Amino acid sequence: MEYITQQLINGISVGSIYALIALGYTMVYGIIKLINFAHGDIFMVGAFVGLVSAKMFQVQGFDPIWVFIFSILLSMIVSAILGVIIERIAYKPLRNASRISILITAIGVSFLLENGGIFFIGPQAQGFPEIIPKKQYHLFGSIQLDSNQIMILGVTFLLMVLLQLIVHKTKIGKAMRAVSFDMEAAHLMGINVNTTISATFAIGSALAAAAGVIYGMTYNSFDPLMGIIPGLKAFVAAVLGGIGIIPGAFIGGLFLGIIETTVSSIGYSLWRDGVAFAILILILIFKPSGLFGKNVREKV
Amino acid sequence: MMRKNKNFIIGVLISLFIYLVIQVLISMGILSDFWISTIILISINIILGVSLNLINGFTGQFSIGHAGFMSIGAYLSAIMTLDFNLPFPLALLVGGIAATMAGFLIGVPSLRLKGDYLAIATLGFGEIIRIIWLNTEYVGGASGLSGIPALTNWTWVFIWMMITILVVNNFVNSTHGRACISIRENEIAAEAMGIHTTKYKVIAFMIGSFFAGIAGGLSAHMFYIINPNSFNFMKSFEILVIVVLGGLGSTSGSIIGAIVLTMIFTLLQDYPEIRMIIYSLLLILMMIFRPKGLMGTREFSFQLKKRGEQYGKHTSA
Repeated sequence: MEYITQQLINGISVGSIYALIALGYTMVYGIIKLINFAHGDIFMVGAFVGLVSAKMFQVQGFDPIWVFIFSILLSMIVSAILGVIIERIAYKPLRNASRISILITAIGVSFLLENGGIFFIGPQAQGFPEIIPKKQYHLFGSIQLDSNQIMILGVTFLLMVLLQLIVHKTKIGKAMRAVSFDMEAAHLMGINVNTTISATFAIGSALAAAAGVIYGMTYNSFDPLMGIIPGLKAFVAAVLGGIGIIPGAFIGGLFLGIIETTVSSIGYSLWRDGVAFAILILILIFKPSGLFGKNVREKV
Repeated sequence: MMRKNKNFIIGVLISLFIYLVIQVLISMGILSDFWISTIILISINIILGVSLNLINGFTGQFSIGHAGFMSIGAYLSAIMTLDFNLPFPLALLVGGIAATMAGFLIGVPSLRLKGDYLAIATLGFGEIIRIIWLNTEYVGGASGLSGIPALTNWTWVFIWMMITILVVNNFVNSTHGRACISIRENEIAAEAMGIHTTKYKVIAFMIGSFFAGIAGGLSAHMFYIINPNSFNFMKSFEILVIVVLGGLGSTSGSIIGAIVLTMIFTLLQDYPEIRMIIYSLLLILMMIFRPKGLMGTREFSFQLKKRGEQYGKHTSA
């Protein structure tokens, strides 16, 4: 029982990272129906900005908590700007093109970020600084919980609630919902579609960047290709929960994390990625709208 | 009809001429090993591009798992020559047939999906195939298979390249091929006209997988060594770029795309980072400024004046 609880805790902490990335996927897909392959690489850029700024702030001698907050905010801002630039340059000219051309462009952007990263940063993995010293807690005897895991879940939950508030309570959120429902009708109603789409990219990329910093802190490493696998997994999570649905992405991420740690803990860690893709395919074939797809028609 | 036959004969004659010229150059020792391997690589990429184009370009089913089928062909044909001492042509066929069967198994359930969902499902399948190789001790796991006899030569590659082009071209111009094109143009309308869409999608998928398997076998027997990571989805994207650059729905486009990209790739071999950056920029710029690719859906024909009327001409023949 304790073993299962332990795995559950580990799974949830891995899953929250997927959930954070999946939120961005879901938002972008909801609004322009694009699988943004570059999303995983924005996650990587976010991690890199976090790495550089954490080192910078640490040298300045700030308190670890502030170092963490500053670097996560900085990486979110930089990635949001990057996301908007990518949208403006690469995706906007293709707004009316076929879905395949825009998908291929997304693949191209993803390649560009990866190889640009290799070119400027170098292909080898780097250590990620431990921003907040890890503390171990023991619950009910042998169950371990560290401060990092609490922090991951806390940040993810906070950002998701914030996102829900933005989407449901603000004017830009209302515009997003309108554009995702019907882009042309929204345009006729006087909504600035381009601004709305840019805002979506900005928010989605900021969330990916936050996930990147957290991921770096959890695994203590950074490399330019680190975004590929978490990016694909997060997409699986988004599809699992029903792509376009914010709580769906969150639940999908957690679910995927738990499945993954379960597969690893019973000794098949090499099959972990295979299982994730198998789940993706099963979901696509039997319930393409995802676990939460049918009931909620609202998309963001 | 006459014109079509003439076109065909001229095409065969020109390709035989190209074959003979290169064969003579190779046997006289004029071409260096570097150029021979580049030419073979181009031909393998032509097989891959033309076969993927049948799925993505002509049938309109967006598949990005081609490297997975390629790996099935590569591994099975390598096992056949290594462990079962099968002659090379037979080993290639075994690899191709295994890839076809995988194409069938994967195609039947997943071709019910459309567009992006199909793309992501095929990507998932490609990765699953890779992970299976990665975890199979019999084929060497992560370190892969080595010591595969180097049996691929210009003649074999040329023969298979010609077979691929002929089969795909004739298929596309047949009744079945027309059905595939109609699915690309509008799946719902095609279905309403009584076309069994799933059947044709699966057929196109199987033919494409067969040639991907053959290409995999050829490349395995060229590089002596294969490992699961050389068939990841980056490889699938490379093949996709060939097809997109040439033009989705144009066999001659895929051939040109394969030649151009393989040349860029080999010439920039010493600068791998820049190579990939150029590659990705090319992809983005191509999509923004010329989303139809170099050839669009046109075919290169030997009556240059009549170019662009290809489809109308052939249906009347």
